[in-house]
Amino acid sequence: MDALLLSRIQFAVTTMFHILFPVLTIGLALYLVIVELLWFVTKQEIYYRMYRFWVKIFAINFGIGVVSGVVLEFEFGTNFSRFSQSVSNVFSPLLAFEVMTAFFLEAGFLGIMLFGWERVRRSIHFLATCLVAAGAIISAFWILAANSWMQTPAGYRLVDGKFMVADFRAAIFNPSLPIRMSHMTMASFETSAFVVAGISAYFLLKGRQVDLFRRSLGIALVMAALFSILQIYFGDASGRQVFHHQPEKLAAMEAHWETNVKEGAPFAVIAIPDMRAEKNLFEMNIPNGLSLLVTHSSYGKVMGLREFPKEDRPNVLILFWSFRLMVAIGFILFFVMIWAGFLWLRGRLYESRPFLWILVVVHPLGFLATELGWITNEVGRQPWLVYHLMRTSEGISPIPAGNVIWSLSLFLIIFAAIGASYSYYVLKTLRIGADLSSPIPSVQRPAGMLPFQGVRKGDSVKG
Amino acid sequence: MDLVIIWSCLLALAILLYVVLDGFGLGIALLFPTTRDEEERNILMDSIAPVWDANQTWLVFGGGALFVSFPMIYGVLFSGLYIPLLTFVFGLIFRGVTFEFRAQATRKKPWNMAFFLGSLVAVVAQGLTLGGILSGMKVAGGHFAGGPFDWLNPFSVMVGIALITGYILLGSTYLIIKTTGAIQERAYGHALRSAWIVLGFQILVTIWTPLHYPSALTNWFSPPRIYFIWTFPLLGLMAFYGLNKSLKSRCEILPFVYSVIFFFAGYLGLIASIYPIAVPPSITFREAAAQQETLRFTLWGVIIVLPLALAYTVYSYSVFRGKVGKEQYYH
Repeated sequence: MDALLLSRIQFAVTTMFHILFPVLTIGLALYLVIVELLWFVTKQEIYYRMYRFWVKIFAINFGIGVVSGVVLEFEFGTNFSRFSQSVSNVFSPLLAFEVMTAFFLEAGFLGIMLFGWERVRRSIHFLATCLVAAGAIISAFWILAANSWMQTPAGYRLVDGKFMVADFRAAIFNPSLPIRMSHMTMASFETSAFVVAGISAYFLLKGRQVDLFRRSLGIALVMAALFSILQIYFGDASGRQVFHHQPEKLAAMEAHWETNVKEGAPFAVIAIPDMRAEKNLFEMNIPNGLSLLVTHSSYGKVMGLREFPKEDRPNVLILFWSFRLMVAIGFILFFVMIWAGFLWLRGRLYESRPFLWILVVVHPLGFLATELGWITNEVGRQPWLVYHLMRTSEGISPIPAGNVIWSLSLFLIIFAAIGASYSYYVLKTLRIGADLSSPIPSVQRPAGMLPFQGVRKGDSVKG
Repeated sequence: MDLVIIWSCLLALAILLYVVLDGFGLGIALLFPTTRDEEERNILMDSIAPVWDANQTWLVFGGGALFVSFPMIYGVLFSGLYIPLLTFVFGLIFRGVTFEFRAQATRKKPWNMAFFLGSLVAVVAQGLTLGGILSGMKVAGGHFAGGPFDWLNPFSVMVGIALITGYILLGSTYLIIKTTGAIQERAYGHALRSAWIVLGFQILVTIWTPLHYPSALTNWFSPPRIYFIWTFPLLGLMAFYGLNKSLKSRCEILPFVYSVIFFFAGYLGLIASIYPIAVPPSITFREAAAQQETLRFTLWGVIIVLPLALAYTVYSYSVFRGKVGKEQYYH
């Protein structure tokens, strides 16, 4: 294996590990804002206890997000220095703005959010939570802007193979940014809502700290219901965006080989694409389905992969399946919420054990869908680093393969160790449960607080 | 004013802020083996827990600023110093995850080790990186053209070791501010000893640099530098004197301030010795600079956003001012 392939694998490994954490950071921060707002307004102690529980998970998660993110900033230089040097005029300011507008905000107020309980007033603490949550979303904005620019480059001039800035506004708000930003933010919100719901459901099933987790589940389900519907809309919009801007990516996602001429393009529900033979070995189609989906008309023309030179096509097998699995998860989560709606109408939302078990089972699916979505996105951009302008092979650093073998194996070992520790300590936090009895710092205790009656026998387990 | 000069200064400022701020955090981790029990280690962790993330952000900002302003340097350094830079990151990963993991752990020992070793690896790798840059980097056609181990030589190893003592100095003087009693008393001792060793290393680096990088000597003794270059060692010596005195008279804040000035003097001296060369032997800031529009656009961001970032960094420090130990951050 050469440095190029190894570097690509390493970048894939490090980004796929990293993205798990920001996804939860972004969504859980929103959840914490809601919980603290309720605490601030209603003065019910239960919300304070809820916040203190969920923020523990948030803190463990945040730390790993930070350290694994630093890796990526380094890798642009260590592994893709030719790319970095070529695009930096347009590309690097987006990363710098992320640091300036998001990281300093998050880092500056995270300390107060986690440790400031005895040192700041309630309002300041709430502000800190809001700013950390805002920072997380702003960070996503700049990263999506940078990545979208690689997908749909704009606002540049090419001078001797080097990208020069022509228009920063056009580069930042490039064609695919708005919809991809919405899709990813929604993915974070939805994933996190299902994580909170799944954990809460587990506590309810075990009959532990029922009052607190019933309330946690309620908020999470409202979010999950809203976001799972919105995400289907944004997902559809995202697909159409790809159709307009990256037709060969869409064709590969759909294993669509031949441009349809007279009739509509079919939607392949299942297929086994064969890139060499340029056809599907097996397929199950919905007639006109693809035309309907991406053009919103039964006979709309959808370009087939054969229109594009072989060396410019992304990997169809990976794209077809990663895309399909992602969509399938989106719909599974949506149907779980339909079920939730029925139970809610019948007033049995918290009592139905099968439903609570389903919530436990599906809770990690959002992460999987996010990973599959990014695989679709990034593998679908290949063989380009900057779509139609710079090939991945042109962006690699002048380094020997040995360097990357060394670092990749260390990354694998370190990530395995950290991933295992992370799971262990999160599970431990869950085993301990929420702290319902520690005294509330006097600066946080509002006048007229409504005490939480949830402390029962066997519940006062403290960490 | 010239954008390239502004960005050179900004970059220098970002690196200095990182070195000082994360430096004391790394230094405190390097003092872990000197602690007696978990209680003491908790205090050490708590002294930096609320601020380490903000401190480390200066590294990310420095990296981003380098990428924006001098993309050629960013590309050459990062591909040429692949091994020390990623080693640095591996160290930072262990250091960073320890804050939460150690707090959750019943058996703290493995995380104490991870914290200490992670920081040690990060510090040595930083030193090797700096030493590697000063040793010169082979460049052809604007890209790195050397081998994967070009950075490894006695000089860079010496810089790596020197940095350990430098960060211990910063860490122990910061601990003096944040602690009381036995830990503080020991920190005075560590600070004093490391101050002498750092002085020794500063002298060693001053002698060795021109041997390793001959243009430094010509730079020092030709105008305009000859008129002011001597102020840096003088400033360093004054800071050392003040540091020594303030440690002996058991001041709490001043030793840290003097340590920072001590670092600052060495840092300025180093920059003054090689400027306008950014990466020896030949890459200058000017030829490595990005497009003017990019520099200008991002500078606007810096002008608007960075004062804000500094303001909430200062605010955060003021929220957590005072001695550690009254409250426990982790429980």
